[in-house]
Amino acid sequence: MDWKAITSRFERVRTGDTDLQKKIRGLRKRLTLLLAVVGPGLITSNVDNDAGGISVYTQAGAQYGYALLWSLIPMTIALYVTEEMCARMGVVTGKGLSDLIREEFGFRPTFFVMITGFFVDLANVVAEFAGVAASMQIFGVSKYIAVPLAAILVWILVIRGTYRQVEVIFLFACVLYLSYVFSAFLAKPDWLIAAKQTVIPNLRFESGYLLMLTGLVGTTIAPWQFFYLQAGFVEKKVGPRQYPQARADVLIGSISCMLIVFFIIVCTAATLYVSGHRDITDAAQAAQALIPLAGKGAGILFAFGLLNASLFAASILPLSTAHVICEGLGFEAGLDHKFKEAPIFYWLYTILIVVGAGVVLLPNAPLWKILIFSQVGNGIWLPFVVIFILLLVNRRDLMGEYVNTVTFNIVAWVTAIAMIALTLVLTYTALFQTGTPPSP
Amino acid sequence: MDIYATELMGSKTYDVQGNYVGRIREFFVEPAEAPNRVSHFLLSRGHFQPLVAKHNQIASVEAGRMQLSVSERALELYQPNESWLAVQKDLMDQQIIDTRGRKVVRVNDVDLAPLRTNGNVELRLTQVDVGLPGAVRRLLQGVVPSVVVRKLQSKLPQSAIRWEFVNLIEPDPMRRVKLRITHEKLEDLHPADLAEIMEHLSAAERQGIIASLDEETAAAVLAELDERLTTQIVEKLDPEKAADILEEMAPDAAADLLADLPKETSEELLDEMPGQEADEVRELLEFDPSRAGGMMNTEFVYVGEASTRDEVLAWMRGQDLNLDQLDTIVLVDAAAQFSGTVPVARLLLSAGDARMTELKMEPLLSLPANADEKEVFEIFDKYNLRMLTIVNEHHQPIGTVTVDDVVSRLVKG
Repeated sequence: MDWKAITSRFERVRTGDTDLQKKIRGLRKRLTLLLAVVGPGLITSNVDNDAGGISVYTQAGAQYGYALLWSLIPMTIALYVTEEMCARMGVVTGKGLSDLIREEFGFRPTFFVMITGFFVDLANVVAEFAGVAASMQIFGVSKYIAVPLAAILVWILVIRGTYRQVEVIFLFACVLYLSYVFSAFLAKPDWLIAAKQTVIPNLRFESGYLLMLTGLVGTTIAPWQFFYLQAGFVEKKVGPRQYPQARADVLIGSISCMLIVFFIIVCTAATLYVSGHRDITDAAQAAQALIPLAGKGAGILFAFGLLNASLFAASILPLSTAHVICEGLGFEAGLDHKFKEAPIFYWLYTILIVVGAGVVLLPNAPLWKILIFSQVGNGIWLPFVVIFILLLVNRRDLMGEYVNTVTFNIVAWVTAIAMIALTLVLTYTALFQTGTPPSP
Repeated sequence: MDIYATELMGSKTYDVQGNYVGRIREFFVEPAEAPNRVSHFLLSRGHFQPLVAKHNQIASVEAGRMQLSVSERALELYQPNESWLAVQKDLMDQQIIDTRGRKVVRVNDVDLAPLRTNGNVELRLTQVDVGLPGAVRRLLQGVVPSVVVRKLQSKLPQSAIRWEFVNLIEPDPMRRVKLRITHEKLEDLHPADLAEIMEHLSAAERQGIIASLDEETAAAVLAELDERLTTQIVEKLDPEKAADILEEMAPDAAADLLADLPKETSEELLDEMPGQEADEVRELLEFDPSRAGGMMNTEFVYVGEASTRDEVLAWMRGQDLNLDQLDTIVLVDAAAQFSGTVPVARLLLSAGDARMTELKMEPLLSLPANADEKEVFEIFDKYNLRMLTIVNEHHQPIGTVTVDDVVSRLVKG
């Protein structure tokens, strides 16, 4: 190599013209584009792993070990397919799901979707505060201190914060879910079996097993998340040009959500299932039982994960519900209004937090029944919401070139019907079965 | 007594002989004829083709029952017509702009007032209901007797917008023309209010409004909008129209906007703009947006330091100046170098023969174009400035940064 070649190469490196540097720059540019859009998908999917969800995953691992891991892959697909449709609607139409339902289906259907949503979400909020109470008990804090404190924290965060600040805090909360990854490693599971069980379907036709499977689906795909996700993209003013990034956000969200579920199940399978603690009924019990089995660290991380998840969902649910209801019914909504300008919005928000936290504090609160109700409610609500989504996303006058393709429609309808069937089964058993079905 | 669209919808209709004709499924306003009169009623008849009753064929209307003044045979078959505004489809449940309240609201119901005219009854749209009474009516109509609904709603707080303050949002330009939807009322709003309204609308609706505003208003609104939205809007506009709007904007605002667009789009738009304006914007685009040069505006008023107060005022009267931001005048010496600033207030109060050099502010403040924005903020804060001169390497003024640019940078940062 002569001197000239070397200097010219040096020159190219200096001016940033080598292939590698070009690639890095391209990558960095794409990453910035993605980061401007990321948020709604990641947050929504992770909020999905709320207090109720974590309890079900815990039970799934404790009762059946690794045997249910295979269901996570189809569930990831179902989650992605349904969420992607909402993301696409938000990006293309620039309108929230409740706005679209109102404009295309009229007042009464909207009203019933909204009022059901209110009660279901209220029950969900109770579940989140119950999660706060249970996890703080492991740290030795009474629920009479923990729950009011959590309610105030949620209130301040949302009232004082701007959308972007809140989003950053929420994205940070997503990172805290990693505590489940650490507790899974501390539990020293058999990774080989776990991997095998993840890719090889293992369908057993026993009623308990099927119920647990249904429970997994039911808690993973909750109707309110569609409203929240779509509103998130509308609020971020993501336009059709950024649709690829929005889709990537949803994909990353769905996969990361399911990865956390994977680690929770692996953690409990390796400890509770192996040691015979198979009658665990909630996540707090699991955290307690983990301490002698996998060490104090694992138990504390597990409880911390539950606290994070509960607080996270408790921050999002009341606000999102009040927003969705007011927007759908045409009342002023949003924290940039004063109380007098948007009384219904503030009343709904307040009722959700005060009643949600208050019920947990009642000495003999029928928490069990409320949790069942939240699950049944999700089950009743889901079919309507999913069918509305599918009808809307196929409207060419709304979506233009972004309507579902035939293939996507087949996948989406199959997913929807499967989800609806499973949740109906769950609803039925929750209502009429006297035994203990998988409980949130 | 007033009647509500919800009560009217589904009402049974009888002809002059008392024969049942059909039920009201929809009714229309023809804005080109009369802006608030219900012009046509669509009557559905089960398997038969629907009929249309015109406003001059109605004898009486009440909740649940409409009486025609003609026989069924006089009615025409229904033909869809793009220039009719359908109350149920185009108005109910849709968003409208309340031009007096300056916000976007959703229509719950529409109030109609009957008006007697030579033997007929015409219905006039008086206001749209956006509050609880309308919501309750929509929910309960047909389930509970009308009388009960009316009693219930009278107890609720009213929230309605008079029809003349309603601005419809129709993204389709063809339809907008047919329906005679103009945005004159929107052009009267303050651009900042209009920008906020637009943030509550969908992309297609925003596009529709910008496209139908005059260039000056459109430019003022774009300057106030969230930058993520401006780029989306400008990209979708017809390049010629976009260039016309950019031309109306202050060069610094236009440069900020273009900087966010893909390179090809911004080049295309600059080519559409007239030479001088395009050059000014191109120059500004060269500057790093986080430096003084990226914040400055190249449109500013400068005069020779030797001139007198009267000379300056006389010269200014002759110019077509942008008065919004005119509160400080830049002085230059014989070498065109920056030599000071004079606030307009000081100019007004001084004697007619006072020289500019006597009136100028102390100390002499300016920054080079490559100064960091932090330096700009600090100098504004320290000296309580409203305007700062930016100079080139020869100490000649090339632009000014005004306090509103600083405020919006600080708010965004």
